[in-house]
Amino acid sequence: MPVAAWVIIGVVVVLAIVLWSLYNGLVRLRNQVKNAWAQIDVQLKRRTDLIPNLVETVKGYMKFERETLEAVTKARNIAVQASSAGAGERAKAEGELSSALSRLLAVVERYPDLKANQNFLALQEELTSTENKISFSRQFYNDSVLRYNNQTQMVPSNVVASMFGFKAGEFFEVTLAAEREAPKVSFTQ
Amino acid sequence: MLTIGMGALLILIGYFLGAAFASAVAGLVIAILIWVILSLVAYFQGDSILLGMSRAKKIKPDDHPRLYNVVEEMKIASGLEKMPDIYIIDDPALNAFATGRDPNKASVAITSGLLQKLNRDELQGVIAHEISHIKNRDVLLMAMCGVLLGTIVLLAWYGSRFLIFGGAGSRRSSSRGGGGQAQIIILIVALVFMILAPIFAQLIYFAISRKREYLADASGALYTRYPEGLASALEKIGASTGQLKSANKATAPMYIVNPFRQKGMKASDLSSTHPPISERIRILRAMAGASFNNYDQAYRQVHGGRGVISTASLTAETVPIATVKLEGEAGELNETQRARETSDVMWRLSNYKTITCDCGAKLRVPPNFKEPQIKCPHCGRTHQV
Repeated sequence: MPVAAWVIIGVVVVLAIVLWSLYNGLVRLRNQVKNAWAQIDVQLKRRTDLIPNLVETVKGYMKFERETLEAVTKARNIAVQASSAGAGERAKAEGELSSALSRLLAVVERYPDLKANQNFLALQEELTSTENKISFSRQFYNDSVLRYNNQTQMVPSNVVASMFGFKAGEFFEVTLAAEREAPKVSFTQ
Repeated sequence: MLTIGMGALLILIGYFLGAAFASAVAGLVIAILIWVILSLVAYFQGDSILLGMSRAKKIKPDDHPRLYNVVEEMKIASGLEKMPDIYIIDDPALNAFATGRDPNKASVAITSGLLQKLNRDELQGVIAHEISHIKNRDVLLMAMCGVLLGTIVLLAWYGSRFLIFGGAGSRRSSSRGGGGQAQIIILIVALVFMILAPIFAQLIYFAISRKREYLADASGALYTRYPEGLASALEKIGASTGQLKSANKATAPMYIVNPFRQKGMKASDLSSTHPPISERIRILRAMAGASFNNYDQAYRQVHGGRGVISTASLTAETVPIATVKLEGEAGELNETQRARETSDVMWRLSNYKTITCDCGAKLRVPPNFKEPQIKCPHCGRTHQV
């Protein structure tokens, strides 16, 4: 039965190749998710590193904004503690920090001297960019998780995923109410 | 698809030229050999040739923090693994380009003119477009297509010289009486190919280039989640007419807008590397969301006909456009400030030292200035160099 034997060998080889490429595809996506998470981590850490510097620069100019400054420092400390926690708790702490920072940068408008300070301008650029990098890395992370989760749930790769224990990834959602709500637009005439 | 068409064109012209003069196989081999050699040169030397030709200067993170940050933001948003090198071209024309044979060895370059004209959101849009070229491997694709085109033109040119002056065909046909008829047909076909192949190759090349531009716009919108940034930047670029001095034809597809465009160029011009700017702006502004799908819909709405994004990369999802943006917020420089900032960077990159005098004057000290002190020509104060 040489023909039948060859057919069987052929089928086995094709199956092995399919399995192999599906498995590798899943591993690649899972690694991408891991890398994307590491990128968020780097940027969040960068932000907590920038804040003491910012508070120090701003303090001299802002005599009357003690509460705003304290809120930022406090939110930062909570964020630092939450850095080893799960994605959910961490997102909450970082969300609080984001809103405390944006309150601080809003009051800066009242201090023209501060806005002319070169040191402050450089810090502000760094901070703005770090905020952007956080949201872009979150965007890329969530896109990667979506792609990975789709692969683990769709036929035929879901078979391979359950065979080798590829678990679905967790999205990094912003839990801050202000950021989650869509801006209200009214069309009344 | 179009790339394959171009390759087929090359093989055909090689085949028929060879058939007309010597053997078909030899012509084919020569055509492919030329293509391979030129491709290798383009592959290994392309980016340094391009950057050298444009006299671009490489910058470090603290030379221009905003530009560096924006590039890094887009690197993160696109999921590029390595940070591309950043260059500034000292030229008042408004343009930018990307280069590099693979995503891990890429560069983006921007003219000083564009750098001072754009606000942060617009700069982000332009950089997103360039990073998209890198991420989509357009640089490599367009280099290969350019080389294919070059080879076809070269072969056709030499072929026509041979045909006119060489007379190789007539020798063959007289030596073999019976094959005369077939020989003449092959000669005619070769002649037709020599005339038509370069023209078709050129048109295909332009079509590929335009398609990749649309794709880069779409990816740029997806990365920034803010099509308006790129649209507004294109508007500023479209309003200026300065041509880039250092651009050349081979590198044109990598720029954000065609560096050779003239005012009032016909819309949807077949012989252009880039789609008309006004159309690109209209598509970006017609986007209902930031996904490829939204871009494709907007394209069909503005341009009509079939979509421009391949169906494989289309997904059903709609990605919302970011609404909160920086423009006009604290810390954003206005155009005069940006112009000063950019000129400071350009002086520094040429190794000039800048001393700001107490009277407000800025002294630019050239690198070959040897004195330990310098006097301000405006108020007479002396400064240590």
